[in-house]
Amino acid sequence: MSEEKTITIEVDGQPLETKAGALLIDVTDAAGINIPRFCYHDKLSIAASCRMCLVEVAKVPKPIPACATQVMDGMVVQTRSPMALAAQKATMEFLLINHPLDCPVCDQGGECELQDVAMGYGSDVTRFVEGKRVIPENNIGPLIATDMTRCIHCTRCVRFGDEVAGMREMGATGRGEHMTIGTFVAHNINSELSGNVIDLCPVGALTSKPFQYRARAWELTRHTGVAPHDSVGSNIQIHTRRGEVMRVHPHSNDAINEVWLSDRDRFSYEGIKSEERLTQPLIKKDGEWVETSWEEALETAASGLREIASADADQIGTLVSPTATLEEIALAQKITEGLGSPNIDYRLRQEDFRGNSRAVPWLGQSIASLEDVDSALLIGSNIRKDQPLLAHRVRKAALKGAKIQLVNPLQLDLHFDAAQMVSDPAGMVRNLAAIAEAAGGSHHLTEQIEVTDEHKAVAEGLKCSKSTVILLGNIAQSHPDFTILYGLASVIAKAADAFVGVIPMAANSVGAAVVGAIPNKGLNAHAMLENPRKGYLLLGIEPGLDINNPALARAAMSGAETVVAITAYRSPCLEETASVMLPMAAFGETSGSFVNAEGRWQSFSGTTGPAGESRPGWKILRVLGNLMDISGFDYSSSEEILDELRGAHGGELQVASLGAAKGKIRSAVTGLARIGETPIYAADALVRRAASLQETEEARDAAVARVNPSVAADAGLLDGEKVAVVQGEGRAEMVLKVDANIPDGCVWVPAAVPGSESLGDQFGELSLEKV
Amino acid sequence: MANEVIFKNRDLDNLWDIEQYRSRGGYEILTRILTEKTPPAEIIDGMKTSGLRGRGGAGFPTGLKWSFINRSAPGDKYLVCNSDEGEPGTFKDRDILRYNPHALVEGMLIASYVIDAHRAYNYIRGEFWEPYERFQNAIDQARAAGFVGKNILGSGFDCELNVHLGGGAYVCGEETALLESIEGKKGQPRYKPPFPAHVGLYGCPTVINNTETLASVPTILREGAERFRDIGVENSGGSKLFSISGHVKNPGVFELPMGTPFSELFELAGGMRDGSKIKAVIPGGSSSPVIPGEIMMDLTMDYDAIAKAGSMLGSGAVIVMDESTCMVKVLDRMGYFYHEESCGQCTPCREGTGWLYRIVHRIENGQGRPEDIDLLMDVQNRIRGKTICALGDAAAMPVAGMLRYYQDEFQYHIDHKKCMAGTGA
Repeated sequence: MSEEKTITIEVDGQPLETKAGALLIDVTDAAGINIPRFCYHDKLSIAASCRMCLVEVAKVPKPIPACATQVMDGMVVQTRSPMALAAQKATMEFLLINHPLDCPVCDQGGECELQDVAMGYGSDVTRFVEGKRVIPENNIGPLIATDMTRCIHCTRCVRFGDEVAGMREMGATGRGEHMTIGTFVAHNINSELSGNVIDLCPVGALTSKPFQYRARAWELTRHTGVAPHDSVGSNIQIHTRRGEVMRVHPHSNDAINEVWLSDRDRFSYEGIKSEERLTQPLIKKDGEWVETSWEEALETAASGLREIASADADQIGTLVSPTATLEEIALAQKITEGLGSPNIDYRLRQEDFRGNSRAVPWLGQSIASLEDVDSALLIGSNIRKDQPLLAHRVRKAALKGAKIQLVNPLQLDLHFDAAQMVSDPAGMVRNLAAIAEAAGGSHHLTEQIEVTDEHKAVAEGLKCSKSTVILLGNIAQSHPDFTILYGLASVIAKAADAFVGVIPMAANSVGAAVVGAIPNKGLNAHAMLENPRKGYLLLGIEPGLDINNPALARAAMSGAETVVAITAYRSPCLEETASVMLPMAAFGETSGSFVNAEGRWQSFSGTTGPAGESRPGWKILRVLGNLMDISGFDYSSSEEILDELRGAHGGELQVASLGAAKGKIRSAVTGLARIGETPIYAADALVRRAASLQETEEARDAAVARVNPSVAADAGLLDGEKVAVVQGEGRAEMVLKVDANIPDGCVWVPAAVPGSESLGDQFGELSLEKV
Repeated sequence: MANEVIFKNRDLDNLWDIEQYRSRGGYEILTRILTEKTPPAEIIDGMKTSGLRGRGGAGFPTGLKWSFINRSAPGDKYLVCNSDEGEPGTFKDRDILRYNPHALVEGMLIASYVIDAHRAYNYIRGEFWEPYERFQNAIDQARAAGFVGKNILGSGFDCELNVHLGGGAYVCGEETALLESIEGKKGQPRYKPPFPAHVGLYGCPTVINNTETLASVPTILREGAERFRDIGVENSGGSKLFSISGHVKNPGVFELPMGTPFSELFELAGGMRDGSKIKAVIPGGSSSPVIPGEIMMDLTMDYDAIAKAGSMLGSGAVIVMDESTCMVKVLDRMGYFYHEESCGQCTPCREGTGWLYRIVHRIENGQGRPEDIDLLMDVQNRIRGKTICALGDAAAMPVAGMLRYYQDEFQYHIDHKKCMAGTGA
């Protein structure tokens, strides 16, 4: 290939070896030669419109843009010759004549590309004496602040929407000087990746709304960290000022998040300062919550659990959040084991444990390699909302021509071309069985399955490709027949020469499994609640919101003798169920490690002190362990715990079967079936309290019941009407939304939103009643 | 006139009717090419011999442009005719569409055959309603006669012709902005390379020719490339349409051999209107630098002669101005035009055209500053050669041209806050 040929060019007298066909600006960047630019961005298409990177190339009469020039052997480039400098300075002057130069009141000040480049190429006096252009303001939602008067029309934000976010939400309207970047028809920016335009914008036209006027760039201290909301484990920079988290930026890592960050990871830091933050230990005395000292709280917690354990250790159940750190989970596991209980689990949203395996559910391949698959089957996954940056990788594969197919209980609004097979939850199992049969496998189900052309087409799509991946997402993992789905996926994989992976739900799902927060002979997360225990240890959990069956969880815990909740937040359902609340450090306040979807261990340190009297979870657990006289709790830092864990569990992850069940479909219902998705901004305690994210359309539209028009008509219900969702004993009032994306016989009633605390399983039978 | 190519048979009534067109040899050459299956390379050689250069303004040799298309490459190829005619002072393509649309239809079909395009578009300026109807009618007639569509004249060659009516943006006359516009996008020029011959309409190899260029093709091929070449002068083959306007008695479109003295064209247009004397001429549309009348009188109308005088033949749009004309006002008007018509995507043009206009506008209105002339020269220089398309150059060049010959008028405006023209000063 001629593209691969190594050639030599000369830039500013310096010989550079490079590949033929590379872009000049990439070559100079790699060599540390700075060429100013605005519109160029290495993850976006070439616009060549800002004209800032004009350079002189020998034998070319005019200066040409380095960003759009492919290098050729023997090319002689001058980036600072009189011709190049004159062109660069000319562009700089043009960019500044209509720019307001309001740096003192601009949030971008101090980290502004225009400001920086103007220092090098601008003049200190303007020759432009006319009035400057002013653009009226518009509101594009709670996350992004706009000041389009400052816009220099680089179109990075426009190209980002088109090329990366997959939603063309912004565009350039008007011609010449009247060209403005905006939404044209007034609307909010709704992409789950929208915040990236803040980073892309080289000026102060698009800035962070939650951060607006809060701090100056030069006042901030940057700490690298790991995002806590999905299993991508996006690398982030936490910016703090005087012990307070001020904002979060992406930290580029091409293997994980590239240069992007989902809005959930970017803006959730607001939840740290929630009014519901627990900053003082609390104990329940005579039904009343009273503030207490750490000593008393820890002593109450330790003695409560120890007493139960000494009578019957099996009466202790430990539930850990998969968003807790590896160190915290490991210590919780150690305490549980030390008390003699086999009952610990992190799979809070899982209902079906028939497979009964301790294998680690993970992606089975690297995140980056997802973009190279030819074919993918996603089972029970709203990947775009659950794992925005994994969806970005799948989208890249789709744009390259990969065939993406989905089996889901609802039609998704995807940003790539995909074939979606939609049915009610029980239908998903049948569809998968039919696909397995069409692919040449056998399905092991007790009922007869009809194989249609559609199933054959899916099977064909999987079989005739070189690299095929089958992934089970959040919906599948909460599905009453998860293990059957998994088993069928394995059958299909075998027939289609693919492999099966699971998209782990949370930041540390994989870590929790790795360090053994999966019961061996004990009770799993569901069984611990179905068979109520006398004592519970809860790590980072809100029982009404974080558990597959909140009604079951609340009933079990309310009846327990001791419920020790190590938590960052004081929430109503904890007040109802717990007996002791130990305030834990939140995101950014503690050191620790997560293991992401691809099995990568990533550690981070605390960036600020914990709020009030709260303490890092690992320290709380260490003292608890000491108080309960369990040996091996003498750690002086979280790194010590990590070193121990690395020694015991640090090996490479293997792709192993999670255990597949055969047999009866449990998800079949006679009435209406609930589709209990966890909405993007309800995934965990932190994001549920991030004020700006909760103001987005996405969040505001989440706490509703959705049915398709025919279900609504059958029930005599209208769009916008208030209905009661009745599931078992539970009842929740919600606004009804008619949504054609929901299949027949189903009601989309989300989990983890206000109102859902009294409902049962995420997938189960329910009924609708008029209010 | 004997040498007419574009307006051949213009004397016939209803030349826009297919029967009239055919009565004097129309569609003969297309028929011959398709039935004899003339090798495309032979036609390209003929076009090269004819010396035909693009009549849209840039003057790129047509045969050479056609030869850039790799006929054997897989996938679609497109031919696009540029009838966006937006250059101020130009109104020749409009008359081709109105009076001789079949010459264009035939030319487009031949060009499509040569580059193996099976679909051709004619992008017509949005304001051209009557020409649009005439041209559409011509396509319909040609289709009825079997010249357009599937298996033309039983030759096995398919070609569809489509008309795309523009929205009236000047920048869409720039060939890549035009392609964007046909694709349904905002009319903004593309960065080149890649050139349209490789990545053009819908990403496919595309040839874009001006209306006059394509309408010349049938006559050139029918009557011989050498004959066409010999009508003109060296380096400027054939005849050309000149749109002459301004302070002349009979403004209009005239077809003359390349190299005709300007004075002859001037005479055809009836000379200056009564009692006025020629002051200045813009020889090739508003983007071409102005030339004083006395210099112009000694020039011939061909690419080389006008270029030697520091301007451009462009689209052959000749704007004649008499002594009552204030050159500051002329530049003010032209500056406004380019400022309004800049597409806005690249910085020097988006910001610079507005700045140029504002400086000239304030000089015109008695608000000029002593430093303004230097500033004008500097700003136009900062736009020139630094933009994605030629619109930036088109806005800048007239400024330099005006200041080259008429700086004193600008200085007078700045010093006296009023106009020199007509004052006798």
